[in-house]
Amino acid sequence: MLSSGVCSLMAERAPAPDSPELRERWGNFAWTPENAEQAKKVVARYPEGRQKSAVMPLLDLAQRQVGAETDTQGWLPLPVMEYIAGYLDMPIIRVLEVATFYTMYNLAPVGKFHVQVCGTTPCMLRGSDDILDACYKRGMKQGHTTEDGLWTLTEVECMGNCATAPMVQINDDNYEDLTPERLDKVLDALAAGEIPKAGTQEPGRHTSEPSGGPTTLKDMVAENHDYRGEW
Amino acid sequence: MPKVTVDGQELEVPDGATVLQACELAGKEIPRFCYHERLSIAGNCRMCLVEVKPGPPKPQASCALPATEGQEIRTDTPMVKKAREGVMEFLLINHPLDCPICDQGGECDLQDQSLAYGRGASRYHENKRAVTSKNMGPLIKTIMTRCIHCTRCVRFSEEVAGVDEIGALYRGENLQITTYLEQAAKHELSANVIDLCPVGALTSRPYAYEARPWELKKTLSIDISDAMGANIRVDSRGREVLRALPRINDDVNEEWISDKARYQVEGLTRRRLDKVWIRKAGKLQPASWNEAFELIAAAKPGKDIAAIAGDLVDCETMFAAKKLVNALGSDLVESRQTGMTYDVSNLAAVNFNTSFAEIENADAILIVGSHIRWEAALLNVRLRKAAKRGAQIFLIGPEWETTYPAEFLGENVSLLHDLPAHVAKAMSGAERPAVIVGGAALAKGALHPALALAEEWKLVREGWNGFNVLHFSAARMGSLMLGFAQKGGMADLAAAKPKVVLSLGADEMDYEPFADALKVYIGHHGDKGAHAAEIILPASAFTEKAGTYVNTEGRVQFADKAVFAPGDAREDWTILRALADALGVSVGFDSFDQLRAAMIAEVPALGVEGLADYGALPAADSSVKADGAISYPIKDFYMTNPIARASAVMQQCSAELLHGEALPEAAE
Repeated sequence: MLSSGVCSLMAERAPAPDSPELRERWGNFAWTPENAEQAKKVVARYPEGRQKSAVMPLLDLAQRQVGAETDTQGWLPLPVMEYIAGYLDMPIIRVLEVATFYTMYNLAPVGKFHVQVCGTTPCMLRGSDDILDACYKRGMKQGHTTEDGLWTLTEVECMGNCATAPMVQINDDNYEDLTPERLDKVLDALAAGEIPKAGTQEPGRHTSEPSGGPTTLKDMVAENHDYRGEW
Repeated sequence: MPKVTVDGQELEVPDGATVLQACELAGKEIPRFCYHERLSIAGNCRMCLVEVKPGPPKPQASCALPATEGQEIRTDTPMVKKAREGVMEFLLINHPLDCPICDQGGECDLQDQSLAYGRGASRYHENKRAVTSKNMGPLIKTIMTRCIHCTRCVRFSEEVAGVDEIGALYRGENLQITTYLEQAAKHELSANVIDLCPVGALTSRPYAYEARPWELKKTLSIDISDAMGANIRVDSRGREVLRALPRINDDVNEEWISDKARYQVEGLTRRRLDKVWIRKAGKLQPASWNEAFELIAAAKPGKDIAAIAGDLVDCETMFAAKKLVNALGSDLVESRQTGMTYDVSNLAAVNFNTSFAEIENADAILIVGSHIRWEAALLNVRLRKAAKRGAQIFLIGPEWETTYPAEFLGENVSLLHDLPAHVAKAMSGAERPAVIVGGAALAKGALHPALALAEEWKLVREGWNGFNVLHFSAARMGSLMLGFAQKGGMADLAAAKPKVVLSLGADEMDYEPFADALKVYIGHHGDKGAHAAEIILPASAFTEKAGTYVNTEGRVQFADKAVFAPGDAREDWTILRALADALGVSVGFDSFDQLRAAMIAEVPALGVEGLADYGALPAADSSVKADGAISYPIKDFYMTNPIARASAVMQQCSAELLHGEALPEAAE
């Protein structure tokens, strides 16, 4: 059975209602000159007659443009989706299907930093509950944006960083091997306008190599060792 | 032709067949929800699982698995039975147990298949999912909690109708079927998704809570809302027709009917003429049949009598009227009530010769003066198939929204004499070129110029006849076969100044030229014709009489009587027969069988179900020049005939879907 948390999150996934204010604000959406160039390049990646395939990168591009305009991670108002549909000459319902399917597309406004905490089993076993608590302590609430417009908190399912659990994804970067203190440091840096180092926050660790050194294939560390004779 | 074994039975299946089709060929029933013969394969309901060797040791979805040489297919093993029970159980997890209040009950795939292939009881104790119902317009009622996500409706609107408006939003257990912003489905075939829906998620809004399928008497009939002659089944209870559903006929309507064909029957109980009316001092007063007949006899029409047939009448009615008029010494009969005068000396020239099934194979099509979507919505489905197969489509006439790539060349019919070079090149270079001439073009004299193009492009060749005229009236081809036409059309009738005019449900004609005549309206709805008439004789609608109809491709089809006409209304032929007695002439038949026999004796083709043979195309008269801007006859798809105009559902469709009036908020 679904937890109530997930249910409320899915309710958040309904597109922002189609209101006159929304039309007023976003009805005139059009590519910026740079994004227009980029959109052309993206469409050109696909064969003639298959331009619709560009819908996913273009939705992303549009979300980023909205983000730049609103100084947030960006989201997809309905008029923007309609613009993409028109740009690719495809039915709007097909665009909406894609946008509602992938959780990476925000259907409602978000803050400047979209904090997505992974709560799937490996992360949970490694302390993702403490990470969430640390977020709550800073005033974040799941599915909501803080009043200063800085943080939006979402709990998500596996992001594929189990080896460096627990982790959060903030906008385009992952921050791994977190403890509440390390997370605070990252968030403080972001709030101060700095760009913290992405990836693992464990001192001495580079990426997702085994922490504490290799336990197998040890001879491979120094050189490309040939194990075949030892099988 | 791969050879496969189904449950030990060896058989050859056509290339490209799926395992499901192979099983069906072997006579095995495979349960399914998402698979549909006329839609693309989705493979998402998993109900059609079978065991296939060689292959992985698990059940496989047969609808999406190609049949290959040497396959051993089992549909009767314990593994298959268990798999079906499992799928069924999963589908029922979130399906509400509201069959007693569900309109699909009794004709529900989920109900039937759960009975046949499901477990006896559920093991699921958690809460079920609930989904808010979506607005899909005045015709489709949605109860989306019942939806099992087969996506047939999504595929239908995308693939068949060509109007992408239904989609599946969100994903997994949150998936929801909806239209964009819950706008109404706005095309002529939208209600077909009701038939496609295997559960009660999409049901008919006008028919909601009206009846259970097992209470209904099913009568085979023919749709008369356009000239396609779609095969329908009329479901009635007592004296009331409750709904019309499509019958499968691959040559005509495949499996679809237009929304108008489906819902105009609702108008059969409204604005009906159920007693005799006589106009006295400018006002219609109820009267008796005898009074009316005496009044007509007193007019002493002699040979000054004319009969005009409307768009909905059957061949028998027209034949009876023609016999009556002839017996009085007149031959003033006409069915092209709006005054068209095209040449009807050769019926091949005014017929849809390619046939609906074959037009799908055309590779270049020129449409002259026809709003196909409104005049023949089901033909538009065929043209879309042709376009998908690569046909180039050109149109002359005001622009309308096609559901396929097509080029509008201009509005003036004179373009026929001066086609752009690329069109002429495409048409003359095509292997199977077709020309479709609509009624709006016939009105501008396009028939002979089109015939000239037919000669130039050799539209008639070995195994192919690409010359087509598309009529809009269900009565048209039948009337022309019966010779119910004058050379000069309605103008000839007006010039003859008849004393009595019999109007057989003619509601679109101009009664002004017949101001001095005694106008007798024999019809079923109090519409334009009844307003102009001095005497109204109540007759039967198409569901209330047996009749022969000929569609625009010359296909003779028979419809049966579903219910009795209301009140004093009689079958049309009996009225005309009684009128013959009143006027003191003999028409030579006393029963319907005799009438039909006499009609078939005169026009043998009307006795044979199927395509009538009209012979070869006539030579074109190249001196005829067509000119004038084309204007389509249909201004409102939902309001084209008296039955539809009387229907509250069609009025609502017209107001909401075409004229954009605000949706009245539903009370629920």
